[in-house]
Amino acid sequence: MDVSQYLEIFLDETREHLQNLNTQILELEADPEGEDTIKEIFRAAHSLKGMAGTMGYKRMQNLTHDMENVFTEVRNGNIKVRPDMIDVLFKCLDALEEYTDNIQTTADEGTNDNEALIKQLNEILNEKGGAAPKSSSSVSAVKTANVLVEGDRWDAITLDDSQVNVIKEAQNMGKRVYGLNVTIQESCILKAARAFLVFKAVEERGEIIVSDPSAQDVEDEKFDSDFTLIVLSDVDIDEIIQAAESVSEIEKAVGGIIDLEKNKHYKAGNDNSVTSFQETEASERTENVPAVQEQASAADSGAKPAAQAVPAKTDVKKQVSGKPVVNRTVRVDIEKLDSLMNLVSELIIAKNSLVSASSQEQVGAHNSFDEQIEYLESVTTNLHESVMKVRMVPIESVVNKFPRMIRDLSKKLDKKMELYMTGEDTELDRTVVDEIGDPLMHLLRNSADHGLESAEVRAERGKPAVGSIFLDAYQEGNNVVIEVRDDGNGIDVEAVKNKAIERGAITPEQAANMTDKEVIGLLFLPSFSTAKQVTDVSGRGVGLDVVKSKIESLSGEVEVKSTLGEGSTWIIRLPLTLAIVQALMVVVGNEKYAIPLGAIQTLEDIPPTDVKLVQNKEVINLRGTVIPLIYLSEVLDVESKKAENESLIVVIVKKGDQMAGLVIDELIGQQEIVIKSLGKYIKQCKFISGATILGDGEIALILDANALI
Amino acid sequence: MDMSLVNVGMNTPAEESKRAIETIQFIVIRLGDEQYGIDIRNIDNIVRMQHITRVPKMPVYLKGVINLRGEVIPVISMRLKMGLAEDEFTKNTRIIVVKLDQEGNVGFLVDEVKEVVTLAVSDIEKLNYNANEEKVNLINAVGKHNEELISLVDLNAVSLEDN
Repeated sequence: MDVSQYLEIFLDETREHLQNLNTQILELEADPEGEDTIKEIFRAAHSLKGMAGTMGYKRMQNLTHDMENVFTEVRNGNIKVRPDMIDVLFKCLDALEEYTDNIQTTADEGTNDNEALIKQLNEILNEKGGAAPKSSSSVSAVKTANVLVEGDRWDAITLDDSQVNVIKEAQNMGKRVYGLNVTIQESCILKAARAFLVFKAVEERGEIIVSDPSAQDVEDEKFDSDFTLIVLSDVDIDEIIQAAESVSEIEKAVGGIIDLEKNKHYKAGNDNSVTSFQETEASERTENVPAVQEQASAADSGAKPAAQAVPAKTDVKKQVSGKPVVNRTVRVDIEKLDSLMNLVSELIIAKNSLVSASSQEQVGAHNSFDEQIEYLESVTTNLHESVMKVRMVPIESVVNKFPRMIRDLSKKLDKKMELYMTGEDTELDRTVVDEIGDPLMHLLRNSADHGLESAEVRAERGKPAVGSIFLDAYQEGNNVVIEVRDDGNGIDVEAVKNKAIERGAITPEQAANMTDKEVIGLLFLPSFSTAKQVTDVSGRGVGLDVVKSKIESLSGEVEVKSTLGEGSTWIIRLPLTLAIVQALMVVVGNEKYAIPLGAIQTLEDIPPTDVKLVQNKEVINLRGTVIPLIYLSEVLDVESKKAENESLIVVIVKKGDQMAGLVIDELIGQQEIVIKSLGKYIKQCKFISGATILGDGEIALILDANALI
Repeated sequence: MDMSLVNVGMNTPAEESKRAIETIQFIVIRLGDEQYGIDIRNIDNIVRMQHITRVPKMPVYLKGVINLRGEVIPVISMRLKMGLAEDEFTKNTRIIVVKLDQEGNVGFLVDEVKEVVTLAVSDIEKLNYNANEEKVNLINAVGKHNEELISLVDLNAVSLEDN
């Protein structure tokens, strides 16, 4: 059995649970008595533990187990929620997230045991009368009782001659042969999976020579609740039992040395030796308890092992560099799939009607043919929309981590602040959602660090002591707008100017002539930071330029509005999806081209007499701006259809501060186009960014206005 | 839809696999007065001539791109590639869509698709490379069929050079 096929689901769900825990613990911090919240936290922690156990991620399981213990006590009212406890819990979540990241990149959880955290958790527990150790010892007591009854299960196994020989030989060679009986909890759902993990754990320590029921039957879940193994091993039976029991939902594992004389099917039963077995069992059990304590004492010296774990961790990081082992997935609402399915069946019906319409080649059939085409059209349009919707995910998954981040920042910066979010359910293409997290984080940190004033200044200005940061997302036409707003200081234009002059980015003369908007634009230059002090929150000069380039790579744009003393608003506009853009269809010669609307400023009708020559280049003077002309017919090597004296149709495009006028022959209009790649074979042409298929099946090339300027 | 398909696979898969060990099937195409064979295993599709959208700043033999059921595919003129005169489009003109190892699907313009021939591997003679003659470069073997010789074109070579 292989668990790797469940890895994707595991990661998805783990992240969901972690997010849920983050949110709930934040709530718990606000309302330490919230009973529902505590229950929810407990539930999420418990599921996490179970999942990590099923997948065999021990360290993750241990940590969640200890977290769960704490929550149990909280739920039972034995422990009160305190701020320092919340801090520890958040640290645990961070550690779990680290495990998850490791699993995503390497399929392995990594080697960090996080003993320091486990120790802290145990300390929290111990403050209320050390409930945990007590319970664990009582559990082992129960187990001991059971052992005495079923200790000799392995003696009931039927052994064939070859197996008997193997056992004898091993015994002669001085190897130890154990019998092991493992019972799985009645409530367990994935018994085969648990059994598999037990097999795996045991095989790490020895060789399984006999399994009853057979390994195949166990894998197929053809067993009740227990199975028995005969194991060849060099290690102590205790170790094997512990390994087996460390698998979750295992009720108990019982083991002892095999005595062939005792095997019922080998020779008639021998009552005498049974008692000796029970003795060994009992002693094993008692040995088990110190082992638990040993673990605890190992945790006590947590600081040292943790320090050792650090180099190991960096080793893991080095290996990671490659691609994640798990593909990205989109979870799809079943309703969306249903509607897709419906549309596809309609498509098939439409196809069939077309087939029959074309086969009845009668005069009267023509009408129905057109009708079917119309029907087909509406189906395909809807189908297209539905498929796009499947790719859409709410931005919730990204913005949900921000409240936690703001909380941490608030502590770190020692400023009081609160994050208010709206529109978390706004949907965006999955690829965009994945990329938008970092830029938003930058902006929020920026607001928290630079935007919001210190408590004294706020008091002076008569603002509420708690600073507010807003994150609003909403749809606007074909764009999704995300606004990050704060009620802080706003951008100090003069300070930015001085800084820019100091850095040599602009001259004092230039500064005098710049509008406020232009000055704010300077913030997006690489290596520009106005924070007087560099903190580890922000102010290292990387940030806003990264934000801008990231957003632009997603075909979006960033805008800033700011009022000094009142706060600033950062507005991010993103296209709903990357595969479809609004474009202006134009004709050059007799070819059709598409120019994405994003780059276009205006359309102008220019009489030929207005075209001037400056430095031997044709330019136009448009409302005071001199704009160079680019004749697309020349660039694209086609014959223009226009006569010399006709007025020019000019598409004004903008790239940063540069403008250019593209001269075209004819305008067709605005259209939504689907971007297709030209394929790998064509790669030389730099100003063609792709192609699109028009309504009539023809191809139009998409011009990259940025490359033309 | 203006791109009706010409059925290419003449044999059932079972029949084909039985004989595949010792024979290879080729599609015989015509360019001017010359005939060439293209290994059928490389061919994805054969479509009738349709509107080709020119892509600026491309070498002359790259005629442009076509829309093949929603996929944008570059089209190369075999004639120009082989040093023959410019294509004249007739009702026999076809675009052979070939799946190349490196570049994905690429279309090749040919004057006519004539037939499918089955050649025994023993009847195919590999040609040695002669780097000086461009035309020979594309032809990697010669096959004998009914006492006639057919030049066999290596389409991967067609695409790979000067790219």
